[in-house]
Amino acid sequence: MPDGQNANGIGSSVKRKEDFRFLTGQGRYTDDINRSGQTYAYMLRSNQAHAKISVDTTAAKSADGVVAIFTGDDMDVGSIPCGWQVDSTDGTPMREPAHPPLAKGVVRYVGDQIAVVIAESLQQAQDAAEMINVTYDSLPAMVDMRSALKGDTLVHSDLDSNVVYDWDIGDPDEIDAILASAHHVTEMDIRNNRLVPNPMETRAAIGDYDRAHDSYTLYTTSQNPHVIRLLMGAFVLSIPEHKLRVVAPDVGGGFGSKIYHYAEEAIVTWASQQVRRPVKWTSGRSEAFLSDAHGRDHITKAKLAMDADGNFLALKVETLANMGAYLSTFATAVPTYLYATLLAGVYTTPAIHCNVKAIFTNTVPVDAYRGAGRPEATYLLERLVDRAAREMGMSQTDIRRKNFIQPDAFPYQTPVALQYDSGDYGATLDSAMKMADVDGIEARRAESAKKGKYRGIGYSTYVEACGIAPSAVVGSLGARAGLFECAEVRVHPTGSVTIFTGSHSHGQGHETTFAQLVVERLGIDIDQIEISHGDTGNIPFGMGTYGSRSLAVGGEAIVRAMDKVIDKAKKIAAHIMEASEADVTFENGSFTVAGTDKSMAFGEVALAAYVPHNFPHEELEPGLDEKAFYDPTNFTYPGGTHICEVEIDPTTGVVEVVNFAAVDDVGRVINPMIVEGQIHGGLAQGIGQALLENCVYDENGQLVSGSYMDYTMPRADNMPNFKVGQQSTLCTHNTLGVKGCGEVGAIGSPPAVINAVVDALAELGVTDIEMPATPEKVWRAINDARAQAAE
Amino acid sequence: MTTVSLNLNGKVVSADVPDNTLLVSFIRETMSLTGTHVGCDTSQCGACVVHVNGESVKSCTMLAAMADGADVTTIEGIADGDTMHPMQQAFHENHGLQCGYCTPGMVMSAIELVNKNSNPSEQEVREGLEGNICRCTGYHNIVKSVQAAAQNMGG
Repeated sequence: MPDGQNANGIGSSVKRKEDFRFLTGQGRYTDDINRSGQTYAYMLRSNQAHAKISVDTTAAKSADGVVAIFTGDDMDVGSIPCGWQVDSTDGTPMREPAHPPLAKGVVRYVGDQIAVVIAESLQQAQDAAEMINVTYDSLPAMVDMRSALKGDTLVHSDLDSNVVYDWDIGDPDEIDAILASAHHVTEMDIRNNRLVPNPMETRAAIGDYDRAHDSYTLYTTSQNPHVIRLLMGAFVLSIPEHKLRVVAPDVGGGFGSKIYHYAEEAIVTWASQQVRRPVKWTSGRSEAFLSDAHGRDHITKAKLAMDADGNFLALKVETLANMGAYLSTFATAVPTYLYATLLAGVYTTPAIHCNVKAIFTNTVPVDAYRGAGRPEATYLLERLVDRAAREMGMSQTDIRRKNFIQPDAFPYQTPVALQYDSGDYGATLDSAMKMADVDGIEARRAESAKKGKYRGIGYSTYVEACGIAPSAVVGSLGARAGLFECAEVRVHPTGSVTIFTGSHSHGQGHETTFAQLVVERLGIDIDQIEISHGDTGNIPFGMGTYGSRSLAVGGEAIVRAMDKVIDKAKKIAAHIMEASEADVTFENGSFTVAGTDKSMAFGEVALAAYVPHNFPHEELEPGLDEKAFYDPTNFTYPGGTHICEVEIDPTTGVVEVVNFAAVDDVGRVINPMIVEGQIHGGLAQGIGQALLENCVYDENGQLVSGSYMDYTMPRADNMPNFKVGQQSTLCTHNTLGVKGCGEVGAIGSPPAVINAVVDALAELGVTDIEMPATPEKVWRAINDARAQAAE
Repeated sequence: MTTVSLNLNGKVVSADVPDNTLLVSFIRETMSLTGTHVGCDTSQCGACVVHVNGESVKSCTMLAAMADGADVTTIEGIADGDTMHPMQQAFHENHGLQCGYCTPGMVMSAIELVNKNSNPSEQEVREGLEGNICRCTGYHNIVKSVQAAAQNMGG
């Protein structure tokens, strides 16, 4: 599809169609919805990390306003499923415990649901919950992954181990031989800090059972309502699809945390049938810290072997990945197929082995958070490469350029399963270096030194795999679902168009970007286009929005459905204009007969399809409404270079990001304004991970960082003014040439920040600092290094 | 129960509510104005910022009874019919919002910021919005929006 022909088409920074309702307070989020006769649910959650429980609700049941109280004994339903089966290398099946929505006799993390109280008001439900008598018989809590690995106590006593799987990619013997004979091996221990996603809208759910039709509606804060319908309907509550409608209205951010099917969705849906009234639950923020899936949390040992010239020969990686107490929907795929398969990065490293042990702990379940596995892979690679350059006495750019996959090497088959389709890593590095004014760093460093401050610059050159995913490929890797997308293009009689998409927008601006695709292809005015999403009652099917897949998979499905519309419309136009179909062309919204002045506007053909007086009835059905399912043939591979510059005040340890340049290759850009916004947001989350955010449990499994008082969210005065640019190569296997932009910011940025901090402090002998590089940690590193130097 | 009467977006409203009703609950639940959002429970996020007698207030930190007799303005009350307030318009033109959840509080805080400082520097905007958390935008375009609005609000 061509760029920039139409003012509101591809390549134009069209202002967002969805803004007006959000800016005027007319967004409709789940908690804004109230159903007639609605009751309020409050979840009584465990205050212990691991315990046998007995629950007495007698007194609470007679409290004012209480409609019902249910515990795990009352709720006899299926188990919350995991969507991806990853088995151990030796063939041992993934250890997969039952996950009841309400705990049955044992609680396994602080926040685990013990009971639901349903009352006339939320306050009455909360008051009654305090009257529930829970007797805890404490068990040892497995909080630290290394202790859990030893398995002193089993998180699930019916399983034989706390290891979910012990999984490998690559040949360990081959790697060990290379490591043993290499000129130099750079080794690092790397922790990828645990994060809490924290979309600003907390989760909420309303279950609404309709006795008249024996059917259910669930309103929920989801990134993928059809997936919730499948997981909850088929696995947990045994409600068939035709009796279950899932609506995800305006959703206030997701970042992965709203992909998963959560217990509360099943609880309110089931309970609404029990009490025959709508049941509404809205999470508080402190509750969200205890119940939303967390992200990251890897401990890794990595070794990179090089020859005397700094060519990468082999990479060996051993990772412990925290799963928390239960297996969340995507959890098992994150540290394997979204992590280990990315360990080639942008480099030609010929041999790679990665072992991953996924571990149960008595903590909140861990799952995908913006980037999901790819930030962890990028962080370890780019920290390792930074260290390797220092140890080899090479510049940060030389070592990277020497090992880059070259632009003429695509398609490039990595040793860890993926085949990259396109990229030009040197080009993004060149652009980012200009943008970051790398040439001036030494002068700026000297200026900082005059003020008694340290200044450093850090690089990250990365690639990621997104646009998930080819169903056949992921199916062979253990995915229990397909990962295609569906779109319906409904052309109305007057020529306006409604697009029904299985993608879900929760900030991404699909209502604008997808409309631009239609403007470009059908040549109609942007005001004639409506994008409908988020309701299984309207949308034929959908797999939702995550893994930067909306445009590359969902957008492509829209294009394919539009192509079907055009094919049919051409036939109609040919019939009416008494021409051969082969002579009819469609351009700029008009069907024209070649070599004549005959033409019909798109709207005229649409009308003819619905008022089919003069119509090729023998050949076609009336109407103009087409649907497409698109299953990609490969992942897409965005990449790029992030360069961060920091200034550190040694008296306080505060790290200030003084410059951040990101040049990303996200493929063809449909709306540059929206793409830049996505990248800004990703960068803030990446910089947040590197400098501010940390999810901390104490040794008893109590969440120490359980509110915004303790968990440091990035705020306006923590963030720099970003410099963002694109240097695109096109994806070769979708017609749009798009790759995806939702996650690149969060994937590329954390190592750039930490590499900059290490660069700033290198003169003191500091070689590493763990994320987040808080003022305390940095201050200690500086003072320890100075003390050591003085000895 | 307490009777709370106040001027909400130019209209006098009155309701009997439990004594411990927060202003944000009064606005969202009693008055069904759901533009004002709740994003936390520790008065940290600023999604619930409204104006009380012209000053921006986190409406989760105030009892409805404390606003009795006050002029309260919410996100629903700042546009002139279908014409958005210059701050709303600037957020639209500069892509200062994504999911929209923090936006009402952010816009209300930003209006007060510009009312008090008609030509804020980038740093002043960043420090002035320190009490409002946004998870989507990285603040870059919010800062641009506020500075653009300041120009259009006569700064």
